[in-house]
Amino acid sequence: MTTTAAVRATGLIKTFDTVRAVDGIDLDISRGEIFGVLGPNGAGKTTMLRMLATLLPIDAGRAEIFGVDVAAEPHRIRQLVGVTGQYASVDEDLTATENLWLFGRLQGLRAAESRATARRLLAQFGLEDAADKTISQFSGGMRRRLDLAASLIMRPPLIFLDEPTTGLDPRTRNQMWDTIRGLVADGCTVLLTTQYLDEADQLADRIAVIDHGRKVAEGTPDELKTSVGESTLQLQLASNADQVLACDVVRRALGIDPVLTPESRRMTVPLGEADRAGDVLIGLRQAGIHITSVSVDKPTLDEVFMAITGRDPGNTEQDARDEIALEVAR
Amino acid sequence: MSAVVAVDPAAAVARTRPHSTMPETLSQTLSMAWRAMKKMRRNPEQFFDVTIQPLLFTAMFAYIFGGAISGNVSKYLPLMIPGIVAQTVLTTCMATGVQLREDMDKGVFDRFKSLPMARIAPLAGPMVADLVRYLIAASLTFLTGMAIGYRPHGGVGGVLAAIVLSIFTGWAIAWIFTWVGTIAKNARSVQGISMMILFPLTFLSNAFVPASTLPGWLRDFVKINPVSHLVSATRDLANNSTISAEVGWTLLAGVVVIAVFAPLSVRTYKRSL
Repeated sequence: MTTTAAVRATGLIKTFDTVRAVDGIDLDISRGEIFGVLGPNGAGKTTMLRMLATLLPIDAGRAEIFGVDVAAEPHRIRQLVGVTGQYASVDEDLTATENLWLFGRLQGLRAAESRATARRLLAQFGLEDAADKTISQFSGGMRRRLDLAASLIMRPPLIFLDEPTTGLDPRTRNQMWDTIRGLVADGCTVLLTTQYLDEADQLADRIAVIDHGRKVAEGTPDELKTSVGESTLQLQLASNADQVLACDVVRRALGIDPVLTPESRRMTVPLGEADRAGDVLIGLRQAGIHITSVSVDKPTLDEVFMAITGRDPGNTEQDARDEIALEVAR
Repeated sequence: MSAVVAVDPAAAVARTRPHSTMPETLSQTLSMAWRAMKKMRRNPEQFFDVTIQPLLFTAMFAYIFGGAISGNVSKYLPLMIPGIVAQTVLTTCMATGVQLREDMDKGVFDRFKSLPMARIAPLAGPMVADLVRYLIAASLTFLTGMAIGYRPHGGVGGVLAAIVLSIFTGWAIAWIFTWVGTIAKNARSVQGISMMILFPLTFLSNAFVPASTLPGWLRDFVKINPVSHLVSATRDLANNSTISAEVGWTLLAGVVVIAVFAPLSVRTYKRSL
């Protein structure tokens, strides 16, 4: 039995006027895995997903889903992929049941079949009580669940989830995570985008980090964490005035630059081996720099992201500007 | 979350089909029409234009222009009612384009685009539902006319034939506005562009005044305007119960409009993905 990849893309490019929203991305997603695409707002995640889902034309490059060419056979692709958008794509004026019934009918289910499927999915997603409410009365979390349910009507083998938990409270988010894991247990392949590092860490078997339309790193969560060093040294300085001096100390001891978070007087230093933390501490003592806290941890994906892109994932000011530029270009 | 059978990608790929078949397209269009009907029932204000306008315009035009154009109101009615029918039906089709644009900007259209559906279904579906609106608009105009003294000599058959012809023409011309709906940036600009198409079409016709009273250059345009043909055909059907050549010209114009604008609309809709 040949096992064609669930998704195979090479050199995907999408340009809006002058902005390259997706700038030569390659993807290779195996069957049955959860593949996470991680990146800040405006990195090109959604654009890439929309290209793969036939919602946007592919400017250059090639994409195949289970061996079917995306550009050449969009109608087949639409039968293989369930898409759950960033903004719930369900009809506001219809009830939950009516929405699912309509989407079932549009995909060729008979009226009775479609009604039964709607009922089963509403039960599965805990929405029975809201079955006859119009979507305008739904909470954000309920909309997301209904939206995901709508993508599963025909049980497609590949599911795209565009930021499935953005804006959800932690409890609803955990429910969504369980649901996503359940999909894979049923034999689906999941491609999800997220801005949340812990989400990618929790769910994804493999992760691609995307920034400015390019893939800047790829691997399992562990591989990505290891790539920035086995562990990290976290320091909090007593005074920001010592920052420059402290950087010099780190550079002398380890030959690398620390990542600074001046607002909290923090420094993060990637370490090849945890033992090297001592060299830094000795250096700081000799230079007379006071610290208020110190710890040696396994790196988090946040640090991975920072190390790869040189930006703090929490600092979205630059991203917001990119986003605006992209919107304008569009 | 345990489904009975695991999802099998190979089987799913084998099941896929390259295009929607004709029966599938028809069924999808009807499902989209069902959706549009549901939305109409939940937003009854959508019926304002098709109920108020026939009442208001029929009464207004009859009493304002009746004396000036035909000497008195009752003589003007046989000339005017078919004109108002054409006008209200055309105004109704304009709403088709505006509503389509509003609809297309909503998130649910992402879903429709991501489903394996014929691309014409989301456009044609609401238009099928709109047949109800044309029916209301055309029937109410005739009823209002009769209430103020219009006596169609074509009888029930003639009036019904006139209504059916108006509905068909409205449906055909709605494809122009649907196309405008797919090319315009937002609902407001659809409204603006549609007005610019609608006013010359209705007023530069024989809908309200006899073409013989117009200057020559204008008369030429009025003669080729499809709305004039619709109005003349409707007059012949409702007033005399005769199926004149005008009926043929109207049907032909309708078919030409559909043949040009339906493919154009589908093309721009596909591109707007």
